[in-house]
Amino acid sequence: MFRNQYDTDVTTWSPAGRLFQVEYAMEAVKQGAAAVGLRSASHVVLATVNKAASDLSSYQKKVFKIDDHIGVAIAGLTADGRVLSRYLRNECINHAFVYESPLPVSRLVVRLADKAQRISGLTLMILQEQVCTQRSWKRPYGVGLLVAGLDETGAHLYYNCPSGNYFEYQAFAIGSRSQAAKTFLERRFESFNNYSRDELIKDAIFAIKETLQGEKLTSAICTLAVVGKDEAFHLIDQKIIQELIDSMEIKEDAPADQAPVTDEDGSTGAAPMDI
Amino acid sequence: MALRGDWVYENNGGTCVAIAGSDYCVIAADTRLSVGYSIYTRDYSKICKLADKCVLATSGFQGDMKALQKNLAARHLIYQHQHNKQMGCPVMAQHLSNTLYYKRFFPYYTFNILGGLDSDGKGCVFTYDAVGSYERVGYSAQGTGAGLIIPVLDNQLKSPSPLLLPAKDAVTPLSEVEAVDLLKDVFASATERDIYTGDKVEIVVINASGIRQELMELRKD
Repeated sequence: MFRNQYDTDVTTWSPAGRLFQVEYAMEAVKQGAAAVGLRSASHVVLATVNKAASDLSSYQKKVFKIDDHIGVAIAGLTADGRVLSRYLRNECINHAFVYESPLPVSRLVVRLADKAQRISGLTLMILQEQVCTQRSWKRPYGVGLLVAGLDETGAHLYYNCPSGNYFEYQAFAIGSRSQAAKTFLERRFESFNNYSRDELIKDAIFAIKETLQGEKLTSAICTLAVVGKDEAFHLIDQKIIQELIDSMEIKEDAPADQAPVTDEDGSTGAAPMDI
Repeated sequence: MALRGDWVYENNGGTCVAIAGSDYCVIAADTRLSVGYSIYTRDYSKICKLADKCVLATSGFQGDMKALQKNLAARHLIYQHQHNKQMGCPVMAQHLSNTLYYKRFFPYYTFNILGGLDSDGKGCVFTYDAVGSYERVGYSAQGTGAGLIIPVLDNQLKSPSPLLLPAKDAVTPLSEVEAVDLLKDVFASATERDIYTGDKVEIVVINASGIRQELMELRKD
């Protein structure tokens, strides 16, 4: 896949009809620390792995509140993620200013993915992913966003790619070793719609645990956020996360009907990544 | 009835008053919205909560008041996203001043009083003119009834002159209950003689335990 003839420019097609620069940008997402999102009928939960660059440094912030009813988790180039979060926040604020109502999630992700240019290409800050795949002097954003939000039509979880595509999900995982989490979620997603808020949070923690593959799960390594019908988007306190983890581990030691499948089945680290 | 063909402002009347205490701040405004000799409504709030410990009362042109409030609320959201905390009262005060001066050559026709608690938990009141000149004071009144109220507050609250050295605390030694009673008295008095002030007065009290609101009836004529 690497070092192709047609991969110098984002505006160059390959004979097979691929834009390699865009695909390389999506690779950047796969290198980032894992993030998962789960949706029920009334709540959406986001969880991320806090990976620190080194033992001496702290971890980067990967979960951002966009508005009371929307939050995002990112994977990939966190710098790009911060820039996009700022854009999303501004969009929500402007919409609320004009319409006195929260911006629907589907509208927000569309703007992020593919928005018509208001001003010509001379503007410095044109924050739209698809345009970045159509201008030779711009590079695509190297970050994938899990957008979790609530609006009049219910709870939503979207995934925005660097390519400009976006999809709605019941549950999804992105970043490194996310395949393990995806496999876990695939087994259980059908019942997510009826989950209570707490069950959803527990499963999010389990999904994150899958991506750790042996590493000890503590509240320090996990960031959790939730948004619900009567609950503004907010990060869950580290203490509460630790309590949840502890209660989960007690359940695992004793055989319980709610116990998840053990790690050996869940981890499939070398599985081929799908686009 | 526009004064000129291109006159874009309107004075909707009304009065706002605020008093700062050692650990509280009370802000009050009447609820009458008028134009000329008519009343638009008797039930209009001139007070807006901008942050946890920060409340804005505005008299003047209420169209500009609404626009100004929305502007400040949106900018406050951005501040919270960037700084991970709410704007404190002195911060909001400077910000309001900047926002007003930004429209120096097409001003917001608003006469504002900002009240709240500063970072030490002491009451603070900031008073403004239409283009953003502001000052921290112990008490203030703005609006059509201000001329009737300020002399009474001067007499009762004895705010020390800023020229006096050593600098004395501008906040009043009155208790919260006494300050609220004083506000009710001055509003009742202003209502007697100012045609634009009346109907109800909305009193907002900010202290360490939060924000509470009460309404008092005033003369309706």
